[in-house]
Amino acid sequence: MATYEPVIGLEVHAELLTESKMFCPCAVVDATSAAPNQHICPVCTAQPGALPVINRQAVEYAMMVGLALNCQINRFNQFSRKSYFYPDLPKGYQITQYEHPIASNGWLDIEVAGSDGQVISKRIGIRRAHMEEDTGKSTHVGDASLVDLNRAGVPLLEIVSEPDFRSVEEIEAYARKLRSILQYLGVNHGDMSKGVLRFEANVSVREAGSNVLNTRTEIKNLNSIRSMVRASRFEIARQTEVYENGGEVKQQTLGFNEVTGETRSQRSKETASDYRYFPEPDLPPLMIDPAWVDELRAKLPELPDAKRGRFVTAFGLSEDDAAVLVSDKAIADYYETGLKAKGDPQKLANWITIELFRYLNEANLEITDLKVGPAQLVALINMVEDGQINNNTAKDVLAIMLEDGREAAPIVEEKGWGLISDTSELEAIIDNLIEGNPDPVHSYLGGKEGLLGWFIGQVMKETKGQADAALVRDLFAKKFDTLREQS
Amino acid sequence: MTDLTSLTIMQAGQKLAAAEMTSVELTRAYLDRIEAVEPQVQAFITITAEQALEQAQQADERRKKGEKGPLLGIPLAYKDVVTTLGVETTCGSRILEGYKPPYTATAVRFLEEAGAVMLGKLNMDEFAMGSSTENSGYKITRNPWDLERVPGGSSGGSAAAVAARMAAGTLGSDTGGSIRQPASLSGVVGLKPAYGRVSRYGLVAYSSSLDQIGPFAHTVEDVALLLEVIAGHDPRDSTSMQTADTGFASSLKQDLKGLRVGVPREFFIEGIEKDVESAVRRAIEKLAELGAAIIEISLPHTQYALPTYYLTATAECSANLARFDGIRYGPREQAGNVLETYRKTRGEMFGAEVKRRIMLGTYALSAGYYDAYYLKAQKIRTLIKRDFDEAFRQVDVIAAPASPTTAFKIGEKVDDPLQMYLNDIFTLSTNLAGICGLSVPCGFDQAGLPIGMQLLGPGFSADRPNAGEALILRAGHAYQHATDWREKTPAL
Ligand SMILES: [Zn+2]
Repeated sequence: MATYEPVIGLEVHAELLTESKMFCPCAVVDATSAAPNQHICPVCTAQPGALPVINRQAVEYAMMVGLALNCQINRFNQFSRKSYFYPDLPKGYQITQYEHPIASNGWLDIEVAGSDGQVISKRIGIRRAHMEEDTGKSTHVGDASLVDLNRAGVPLLEIVSEPDFRSVEEIEAYARKLRSILQYLGVNHGDMSKGVLRFEANVSVREAGSNVLNTRTEIKNLNSIRSMVRASRFEIARQTEVYENGGEVKQQTLGFNEVTGETRSQRSKETASDYRYFPEPDLPPLMIDPAWVDELRAKLPELPDAKRGRFVTAFGLSEDDAAVLVSDKAIADYYETGLKAKGDPQKLANWITIELFRYLNEANLEITDLKVGPAQLVALINMVEDGQINNNTAKDVLAIMLEDGREAAPIVEEKGWGLISDTSELEAIIDNLIEGNPDPVHSYLGGKEGLLGWFIGQVMKETKGQADAALVRDLFAKKFDTLREQS
Repeated sequence: MTDLTSLTIMQAGQKLAAAEMTSVELTRAYLDRIEAVEPQVQAFITITAEQALEQAQQADERRKKGEKGPLLGIPLAYKDVVTTLGVETTCGSRILEGYKPPYTATAVRFLEEAGAVMLGKLNMDEFAMGSSTENSGYKITRNPWDLERVPGGSSGGSAAAVAARMAAGTLGSDTGGSIRQPASLSGVVGLKPAYGRVSRYGLVAYSSSLDQIGPFAHTVEDVALLLEVIAGHDPRDSTSMQTADTGFASSLKQDLKGLRVGVPREFFIEGIEKDVESAVRRAIEKLAELGAAIIEISLPHTQYALPTYYLTATAECSANLARFDGIRYGPREQAGNVLETYRKTRGEMFGAEVKRRIMLGTYALSAGYYDAYYLKAQKIRTLIKRDFDEAFRQVDVIAAPASPTTAFKIGEKVDDPLQMYLNDIFTLSTNLAGICGLSVPCGFDQAGLPIGMQLLGPGFSADRPNAGEALILRAGHAYQHATDWREKTPAL
């Protein structure tokens, strides 16, 4: 039987977190928490006679994304009107770039697992990125519909990929990388629960190895990477089954039901659409000066790939560690702040990727939610380095720090977890051991030096692990030397 | 004592400056006049008497404090298509009945800052679509020269209010002739500035690439004073031009020696009324007597202006009017679901002409028709613009009739939209080209109905720093100064 492969293209809608909206001075706010209809004006509520004015910062943000995605930035920009009726679209049309987008013909390299498990890089084409305005939000309460226009007019960048994806793993890697680039550029915080990133997947399947492009379906309104992956996986399976049963896939627009995990055809009333695009007469064409593009190119921050390379070459981190640290800007920021607090690059990386990540996963938190800052973590790590506590104690201390946000030192002090480095205290324990275990002492002196570990272990047991192991080893060595001389 | 409402803005301003009267007195005179003749003329949708007297009092106080200005304390009225904070703005449509805007249009704000007094809001064809003001959702405005006839449109209320001396000056809007045609039919001066001269912020859009606010008054001089105040860049309107060009009023002092006046042969065609043609031709001769050089020119694409206009304007209006859905403002006809609510609200609240144009424009933009209609119209628009560019290389201004007819009877053309559309045949191309145009009274037909001469001037361009408006105002003023048509007034 034939095997099938998916062909997927993605559209990513990223809100640009500018100070003001795309075409009016209203503030861009968190649409999920702000009181409704507080950040509105004649322009974004489409009062009769109000006119749009292009937000310069939004254009800059759009260009920065275009540059980060290796696109050409187009000199001639034009906005168009896309007409349809919906209560959360106050003007009855959306102002969007149609024929003349700000950026086109770019690419993004993603890393995915190859067939042999090795990580390979794959280049995904970016067809275009264009600016537009967001709609308001409708909420349905019983028979009534409520409209919140705080979000109406928030700048959006729609980033359209080529249909270059051949697996859901690839779309996931792409979405995560794109999200992280937007964070690095500071144009979108990437918190999908706030609706700042939304996805659309165009999915078709074909016999593996074939070059045909089969009929595709369009899955709209995917509000997280997880939903996008689930919906695409479902849709691939659905279409594959259709073909396996000798059927035909119908071109249609689908919605995704988060509860059932299934895609469903949307009512045709809403989607049967002729948007009647035409150039927005209220906005003259926007000409982008190449000098402006150069200026922005020069100001672009370090992006994830470059940062990863630097972490490997400058700090000797493994590719894997570096990739994990740069995948989220907040994590990379945490790591680099820790380095500034004189943390050891490798040890700090280990503590973040092992201990902190475990905690974040269990507590379902983001790194920015942590009560322990990078400098505090470094201070803890340095206590281990200085021999004030051992590694296992440090993990216990960290657990407390994560809960109450205190510094490491007072916790160690309060709990009495500091290593016993008082020589006389340790000597007393050692003397007792030697006296109480004549046989092992005899064996040791007779040449079974491997027994030293057993002696040290006994001391650790006695001190509940708080003895400074290196010191104990030294003390034993001296003791046995003395005994040897005496005998 | 002369009736204060017969003063021009210039004269009234001088009397106010000389403390021979107050703005309150002047405003009272206009309110009395409105009370006396408005029942016959029906020019206003809203009269803001109380607010007008307050503003007049403020103007008088400002003057006492030493403030000066030609419009300080002058009573004006505005077409109901410009927004006025807290004052009902209907656009002549039932779909905006009771709508009180949360902001004031920039042009009106400029007038308020200059101390003008607002008497009220003026009747119009619904959303500025029409040439007779019969398409208003509220009332039919009468021509003060003959109450059985229309005042022209769509700014019929603005023209009639000035003709009937119910306001010293008014604002209208011109998308395809909506200032110049009613000015001509009502015997007053009306100016459509070049596109981008006056901010459109707060001008409820009919066709965004064609609309422009402009003034009406009795004299060219008064119109220049009003333009002086309402013109200028507005950061809220991206299509408003960055320009330092002003001095419209001072440009009037120049005579017409050496001014080159073009007469386009395509504007003197069959269908133009005999009296109109001869009056305009005599007016052009007058310009020659005043020192202008008359040059015959050609605007070869004039015949395509009408279809080009109706495709462009209706396409834009189909989107511009989409916001009137009963959701956020205006009356709502609630139905079972949102789509039905839209359908019912728009179906019942929009008038027939508005619906006709929305449908026409929706069709012109539809997939499969866009290239053949909208896009083609834009290409022809470019050719029409080039015609004028070419003409303005040879001449300074162009003279032509403003309308092929004088005022027609109410109801005469209402069932024949095409016949109605033809009334704008001489004015449409101005808007398509973005240039400026002025209508000046130039005589009467045998029935005693006013006739207007249209003077067209160039729009913005780098090689013509001299504003087109300055040229046409100068020509119009010289003409008006040399003729006495203004002495005849409608008998109300
Ligand atoms: Zn706003």
